[in-house]
Parts: sequence; C-alpha cells; structure tokens
Amino acid sequence: MSTDNALLEEYSQREYKHGFVTDIEADAIAPGLNEDVVRLISSKKNEPGWLLEWRLKAYRHWLTLKEPTWHNVKYPPIRYQDSIYYSAPKQQIKLNSLDEVDPRLLETYEKLGIPLEEQKALAGVAVDAVFDSVSVATTYKATLEEHGVIFGPFSEAVHKYPELVKQYLGSVVPYSDNFFAALNSAVFSDGSFCFIPKGVRCPLELSTYFRINAQNTGQFERTLIIAEEGSYVSYLEGCTAPKRDENQLHAAVVELVAMKDAQIKYSTVQNWYPGDADGKGGIYNFVTKRGACRGDNSKISWTQVETGSAITWKYPSVILQGDNSVGEFYSVAVTANHQQADTGTKMIHIGKNTKSTIISKGISAGFGQNSYRGQVKILKGATNARNFSQCDSLLIGDRCGAHTFPYIQVRNTTAKVEHEASTSKVGEDQIYYCRQRGLKTEDAVNMIVNGFCKEVYDVLPMEFAVEARKLLSVSLEGSVG
Amino acid sequence: MIATETDAYQDAYQRLNDARGDTFPVWLRELSERALNQFTTLGIPTTRDEDWRFTNIAPFAARTYKIAESAEIPASRIESLVNDAILDEQFHRLVFINGRYAAQWSYLHELPNGVIAESVAQSILTHPQSIESRVGQHFDCENSAFIALNTAFVEDGANIVVPDDMIVDRPFHLIFLSVTDEPAVSHPRNLISIGKNSRATLIESFRGLEGASYFTNAVTEVELHESAHFDHHKLQHEQLNALHLATTQVDQQAGSHFSSHYFSFGGDLSRNELNCMLNGERAQCTLNGLYMPVGDQHMDCRTRIDHARAHCKSFEIYKGILDGRSKGVFNGKIYVHQDAQKTDAKQSNQALLLSDDAIVDTKPQLEIYADDVRCTHGATVGELDEQAIYYLRSRGIPADQARTMLIFAFANDVVRGVEVLAVRQHLETILLAEHGLDNV
Amino acid sequence: MLEIKNLHAKSEDKDILRGINLQVNVGEVHAIMGPNGSGKSTLAHVLAGREDYEVTQGEILYNGQNLLEMNIEQRAAAGLFLAYQYPIEIPGVSNKYFLKAAMNAVRKQHGQPLIDTTSFLKLLKENMQLLGMDKSMMERSVNEGFSGGEKKRNEILQMAMLQPKLAVLDETDSGLDIDALRIVADGVNTLRGPDRAIIVVTHYQRLLDYIVPDQVHVLAEGRIVRSGDRTLALELEDKGYGFLETHSAAASAAAV
Repeated sequence: MSTDNALLEEYSQREYKHGFVTDIEADAIAPGLNEDVVRLISSKKNEPGWLLEWRLKAYRHWLTLKEPTWHNVKYPPIRYQDSIYYSAPKQQIKLNSLDEVDPRLLETYEKLGIPLEEQKALAGVAVDAVFDSVSVATTYKATLEEHGVIFGPFSEAVHKYPELVKQYLGSVVPYSDNFFAALNSAVFSDGSFCFIPKGVRCPLELSTYFRINAQNTGQFERTLIIAEEGSYVSYLEGCTAPKRDENQLHAAVVELVAMKDAQIKYSTVQNWYPGDADGKGGIYNFVTKRGACRGDNSKISWTQVETGSAITWKYPSVILQGDNSVGEFYSVAVTANHQQADTGTKMIHIGKNTKSTIISKGISAGFGQNSYRGQVKILKGATNARNFSQCDSLLIGDRCGAHTFPYIQVRNTTAKVEHEASTSKVGEDQIYYCRQRGLKTEDAVNMIVNGFCKEVYDVLPMEFAVEARKLLSVSLEGSVG
Repeated sequence: MIATETDAYQDAYQRLNDARGDTFPVWLRELSERALNQFTTLGIPTTRDEDWRFTNIAPFAARTYKIAESAEIPASRIESLVNDAILDEQFHRLVFINGRYAAQWSYLHELPNGVIAESVAQSILTHPQSIESRVGQHFDCENSAFIALNTAFVEDGANIVVPDDMIVDRPFHLIFLSVTDEPAVSHPRNLISIGKNSRATLIESFRGLEGASYFTNAVTEVELHESAHFDHHKLQHEQLNALHLATTQVDQQAGSHFSSHYFSFGGDLSRNELNCMLNGERAQCTLNGLYMPVGDQHMDCRTRIDHARAHCKSFEIYKGILDGRSKGVFNGKIYVHQDAQKTDAKQSNQALLLSDDAIVDTKPQLEIYADDVRCTHGATVGELDEQAIYYLRSRGIPADQARTMLIFAFANDVVRGVEVLAVRQHLETILLAEHGLDNV
Repeated sequence: MLEIKNLHAKSEDKDILRGINLQVNVGEVHAIMGPNGSGKSTLAHVLAGREDYEVTQGEILYNGQNLLEMNIEQRAAAGLFLAYQYPIEIPGVSNKYFLKAAMNAVRKQHGQPLIDTTSFLKLLKENMQLLGMDKSMMERSVNEGFSGGEKKRNEILQMAMLQPKLAVLDETDSGLDIDALRIVADGVNTLRGPDRAIIVVTHYQRLLDYIVPDQVHVLAEGRIVRSGDRTLALELEDKGYGFLETHSAAASAAAV
C-alpha cells in the first residue's frame, strides 16, 4: 500500500481551511483573573447584584479547586493569569437588520461558508450569531416570538427574564461542579438563552454559530435551554475559529432542562482550530454539557461531531430523573495530526423505566489520541432502567491511539446494561476493493469512514449531516494509509 | 497516608528481620528493605486512587494483623481443613499454614528429572541463586503498596520450576491455610517458571479456620518461556472474616499459552489482580473468572493484559453472580502497545444481579496504540432472562427451579472451561449445592 | 486485448507465478483452471493490480497499454473488472451509494458526464431483476451480512452496471448452489459480446457447463501447463488434477 500511504500522508497534512483572523477592533480588558476582573465583567454587562454574587461565589470556589488530571490528554500548564477574560466587538449599538452589521464581520461568515443571508434561506434556521462573546445579530425573532419562544443572548435574558435565569442558572451544572465549570461560572461572557413554553413545538431549528476571534481571549460561553411541559426544540451549535499560534482555552457550559413530556435535541458540529500538523497551537476545548430530564417522559439527545480543537474534553450528560425519561448520546470524534480527545457521556438513571443509548465513533489518524470515557449509573430507585452503549474506534496509521474507558455502576437488579466496544482499522482489502471498482484511494477512505459514522449521521439534522460529512473528509485529508 | 497505618507493619518488619538468620541472602534483605520503604511511601490506597475507586481497603488494612505464628491449633482441625482442600490424591500437594510450608501435610509424588517443587524458604536456605533472578523481576513495587508489602515480608511460598521440553502431567496443588486464633497476616510468595516447550498445571486453594479473622496478601510470579503451556487455577474459599489480596503476574515469551481460571467464593473483602504481559510474538492467554459474592461480601477482580508484541491473542470472560448486599467490581484493561500489530483481543464481563441490594461496578478498558488490531470488549449487567424463565415454565419447570437452572447455566459457562476434572467436579458440586440442585 | 508475456510474480518472498503466457482476444471467453495453490487467484489479483504481489518479470499488455504501469483504479477505469472470490464488506456504506460512486468515478476518468440518479436507479432496477435480487439489498451495507450467494450475485450486479471490457471472475462459482450458479452464469452470458472479453477462473468444470469457454488453460505451479478447447475441461473432470502431475513434471523437465 505504499502509494496509498504516500497519498494519504499528503492528504492528511492539509491546512486548516477556516484559518483567518477578522480584523475588528475588540474591546478587551487586561489579561489576568481576580475578583476585580469578575466585578468588571459583571458591571460591563450591567448585571444585577445576585448574578455578581453568584459569579464571585464561583470564583472563590474555583480558587479551591485543582485542574483535573484523570483524563487521558496531555498539554502544557495553562497560565490562567495570562488569559483575557472579556472581549467584545466595539460596536454595541442595537442592530435592526444585517445591513447595519460591520461588513467585515459578514465577510468572515461568508469565508466560513455560513453567511447569515444564506442561513435565512436555509429551511427554518434562526441564527443567533455569537461573535467573540457578544451576540450581534438575531434573525427570525418574530416567528419565534409568535410562538412565545424566547431565544436570544444570555446577557439580554438576564435583564428581560431575570426570574427564569435565576431559577435555572446553575441548576443542572452548579458552579461547584468541576474546575472548568467553576471558571466559566465566574467569568462567562455570553451565550444563548432559550425558553420553550408549555406545549409549544419550536417551529424552527435554533442555531448558534460560535466563533473565537480576538487573540488571547478565553471563550466562556454559557447556554441555558429550558423546555417546558410538552414542548420540543432542536438546537444546532456549530463552531469554527480562525487560525492562530497560541493555544486558546475554551470552557463553555451548557445546561438543558426538560420538563414533563418535553424533548430537547442538541446537535453540535465542532471544528475549531486543531493546531498545525506539528501539534502547535489549537483550541483547548474543556466543556461541561449536561441535561436534566426533570419530568416524566422527557427526552434529551446529544449529537456531536467533533473534528476540531487541539484538545477536546467534553462529556455531554443526561440526568434521567423523570420516570420513562430517555437520554441519548451520539458522537463522532476525529483526532488527526496531534489532536487529543477525551470525550463521552454520563447517563445517570434515577427514575423508573428510564432508557439511555450511547453510540460513540472515534476516529484516530496521524498522532491523534482518542478516548471514549463514559459512565452509566443505575441508581437504586431506577427500576427497569435500560442502557445500551456501543463504542467503536477506527484507526488510521500506526502512531495514533484509541482508548475506551466505560464505567458501569448498577444498584438495581432490574437494570439491563449492555456495553460493546470494538477497535479496527480501515482495511487494506476494503480500499483495494473500492479501487478495483474505480474509486480513488482518498474517496475510498472517505466512503469507508463515513460508513463507519453512519449511525451518528443518521440522527443529525439534514444540513448538519452534510456539513459533518464535509468536515470529516477535510479533517482526514491525507491521513489514511 | 496516615503514619499510624503503616507503623504496625514497621514493628513487625523489625521483628521479622531480626529473626532472619545469617543464611538469609543479602540481596533479598536489601530488596525487602527497599520494598518496605516503598510501601511506607505509597501508603494504603484510598478510593481517591483511580485503581481503588470502587474498593475501599482502608478500614481493613488499618486493622492490626500480626505476622501469623504457628498457632496452637489441634492437628485434627488442621487435618480436616487439609482434607477439605484436597481435590485429588494424584496431585502434587504443597500445603502452607499461615504462609509457611508444612511438610507433614504436603505430599509430592515422584517428580520428573529436573523439576523443582519446594518451598521458597527451602530454596533461600539451600540454593538462593536459583530464585535470585526471579523475585520481583516482572513487576516493580513502585505502584502497588501490597506487592511492596508482600516483598518486604518475603519468607515462604512455592517455588516451582519445570525445565525445558518437559510435560508434567500431575497438577501441582498449592493449599494455603490460615489457621490462627488472633488476627494474623501472611504474605505467601510463589515463584513459577515453565521452560521452553514445557507444560504444567497448577491449582492454588485458599482456605482458613472457621471464624478466624486474617489477611492473606499473596503474590505469584509466573515466567513462561518460549512455547510453554501453563494452566493456572485459583479457588478462593477464604473465611468470611478474611481480607484476601492477591496479585499474579505472568510474563509470557513467544508462542507461550497461559490459561487462568479464577473462582472467588470466600472472604469478606477480596481483590484478585491478574496481569499478563504478552512479551513475545504469538503468545496467547485465556482468562476466565467467576465471582459469586453473597451477604456483605465485596469482591474485586482486576485483570490487565499487555499486548507488547505482534500477533498475540487474548480471550477473557469474567462473570459475576451477586446476591445479598454484596458488591462486585470488575476492572479489566487491555493495553495494546505501539507496534503490537495483528493483536486479537476479546474481553467480556457479565454480571447477574440476584438481589436489589447488590451492587455492581464494572470498568472494562481498552487502550490501543497500534492500528492493525482487532479488539473488542463487552459488558452487560442485568437480571435473569424473563423469557427464558417463561420458556422453562411453559415446559413444566417450576419458576424457582427455572431460575436456579439459569443461574447454574450462567456460571457453568466459565466452569466448563476448566480442563482438570477434579477441579471442575469440585466447582460443579459447589454451584449445584449452593442452589439446591441435584447433580445430573 | 490482453497479452501476458512470461509473467513472474511473488508474494512475501514466495514465487507464485513462474512464467505465464496468455493471449485473450476481444470477444473471447477463457477459462483458467487448476488445483488449489496453482496461482489462479494470484493471476486474477495481479491483473487487478493488488499491491501485495510483486511482479518480478514479464509484462502485461492491455489494449496495447502497459497494464503494470497503471494503478488499481486506473485499471478499473480502463475497463478491467475483478469479481472477487471473497467480496469485501464495507459497513455503513450502502450498496446503492457504492455502486453510483464507482460508476461516476469511472465516468469522471473518461471525462464523461456523471450519471443522474433517475437513470442510475432505472438501470439498477433492470439489472437487479435480471439477477433475481431483492430491492432491499440496495439499501444494505456493501456485502455486510450477505450470504455467500448474495455476495456473488452482488459482484455480478456490479459487473453488469460497470460494463467492463475485460471481466475476470475469480472462483465465482464457489459457494453457490445450482440455482444461484445458473443465475450468475446467465448474468455473465448476457455480458458476453464481441466488444468484451471474459476470464473465468475456476476449480471445477461445473461452471463451464453454463459459461461455455472458447479456450481452457490449466495452471499448475505457476505456469500454464496445457491449453485447449472446452474438452480439456471435461477431460480434467474425468481424470482429476492428478494426471497433470506427470504432465507438469514432463513440462519442467522439458524446460530444463
């Protein structure tokens, strides 16, 4: 396979396609973190006193915590005091239409292939574009308002719906949850807030494009989605970031609350800058995502396609409190070059007849290290709980690694928990077969890898599935042999 | 690590060291000293240690156990213990009481030429050079407090050596009896070496005097030379007050075959670690295990298989049947090193919960650094298949009996893999008796 | 169409082909027979360009081009098709998708317009009916969970769709019952024509009752030891491969 190898090597060493820095003046505060910085962030956003207090509590708690080391990723120590904890594009004026948006910003979106103009045309997608921590454009607001759906920047929700924010903020991921969640709680910049009232089926798929832009800015998004009784929402999150040399810390928190009979479907395509072929640069993505199925018959699904970031540390989880509630996790994680991923999920079964499904597909190429880490916990009261987990790894090249760390804890006899895992490589015979039918090696590999991920793509919203396929082939360009 | 926890061991160590005569080799004294220091540094692990996350050893290890002295127990009681342990008179039998070789209860048939089967204490006394290269060779005490502790207190155990090109038909049966009337600890250290193209079978049985409270901290080191075949069985029947910790380390050279059959019935808290290092191409290991905790028993089974060379195979099935308020922990790691291409590894863990209060913690792990491999693992936890029970009932079998039959079938899957007839019969009898089934 | 001259090939230091000479003209059907280990499958894979084999001597001309200088997919695009003895499974990739991708890859190479979905599906449906294949097979992953017979039929379907110029069938009859064999043979016979050549590699003469060859070659120890018409296959069936031993011994003796 020597010719294939060479070709694939070349193919994998492609450059990050979304690497460019938008030149917009940013309003940033000096690097470093202390109580004054926390106060400053809060005051810049005119936050109410209770929120500042909450941030300060989180900050003080963060000081008592140690950065976790149990994960299977390696990186040089992060100098938290060298990071900038607030940066917002300078224009702060409210915009009525896209015409008023800085054209250079729109250009950036166009380069990424996700222009807002086009987004509007896309079937039923409302976009809340977060550009360097502050939302600058929101579309389809009217349609959503008609249905009583609240969807907008977190910072706005704090002022418009303080009671809702106060009630739910930190109710799924408390500020004390872990090191990165505590840090986020102290300094979170902005994010999305979404509330679906009782009985409403959200008429659009909600979408937010996150983007890290200004140099040296830690990105601390905070997203909160509440689905009231009998409601439904599908939320899409997609990310790309400009190319740069320094590592960037990203510590987001996402909280989902599903009440009785409610359903939340949360899909992510993550394509942040992974660093160059030598492992230099790239985003550190330390994210805490968790959903609570509070009510009976509620359902939360996480679907993720993770192709970017130098390091991904993320475990979208579901707490299955309500009886008959359902948790799902579908994941494709790609690590090429020197990327590392430690990702998976936690399914905590508390209610009766709760069900969870975990499908994880890890793809390692180059020097990439890909770990699945998952916990399935069936508590004593969770009669008839069911879990099925399947974790498959695909290896491309002989210097990468694939690891599986499932934790299964069962406290109830009626539980049924099944876990399966397998590891394999892209078969040379498969490539040969495809080539004999006329396909080029890289097309053959793409086809095989996409086939491997099919179960996850099948649950992605249509336009995301298309994007995911593209991302995957770009991520693996040249890494196969 | 709280200093007082290891203090008791320090004092005991001093007494033991003073008692070691001039014949005790210097290298072993030094090794033992280093191990003690390592043990002190590491301390007793806590549940914050990832390796001990599901097993809280601290309350047990903090108890004061004395180094077991020869207790004044009537010979008749020992005799009945030995008789309970004997599986087949045809086996070579080495009996250890409180960790020390007991010649009067042991029996060795005529051994093939060159085969050594004796106590480690004897080897230390008469030909220490034969074990010098074999103690602590295949693992470091760096990371395991209890291996370090065993090494510090190294005194006796079984030394089995089978030279090249030899088939030993009779199994070696090592019987470890804890016979004490006060809390006591023993640290048996077994050294086993099977030569090129040779074949041998070994059984380890652990038992204790009824009602006794004791701590067994055993370490077994196995070397399998090229194309050696070795069948290892362990029957853990410790008393219900006992703390049983054991580590077996197997180093396998090219083309060697190792099979392990572990059966865990006894102990208050037991933890069995089995580590296989596939250190030569085309080496193979098969690890089977069955753990059946009842009452308040806690059983922890750990295995680690290192695929360090290409073309090796490993197969593993561990099954747990949990009743009462017991807890069963399984932690199985398969580690495929870089360049260990064409690895074929299969692992499966299945746990059956018979009681609402039983607890299962399972952590199968794959760590893979080579690309041309086939590795799978699976884990299931659940109760008996209701459909199967229904099917049996529809054929006229009462529900209770149907359940029992299914439990037996579940366990027998592991028992069936045992090739030594006397061991298999012993296990079947226990399984059947446990559930009131007639022998078929 | 195909000219093989003094072809030597080895795999992992083992010489397998030791001087094959063979000429196949357009419109002809050739059968290559021989005992296990004689090099039949190796010859098929060397033609397809499998990289596990190293050609150490000789040449292969395909429509005047040097086949050995072309890579696997170039050969496929040039109309060379191999029906595998053990078709490969590709989980998650639907049969339909695979076939369309393959057809378009070949078309692209020739600068032809890509096939549109409607015509593709129409063509697919026709060919599947011909081979008695169930519709559902198109949605299933390539060869995954297919029975032996289904896999072989799937190979013939691919051949029918790709319309190769030179088709090499590697033990296509193995593992087929008589009905499946007939269907597969019918599929091959439909493809038979003046602008196409077919090489049938088989151990048994049974298949040749259905696909009647113009010429039969017997391979032993990496060489063609006898060539003849259809009657040679019948003779082999009658006497078994055993009778070749004397022949090949004689042949090697003659060669020295």
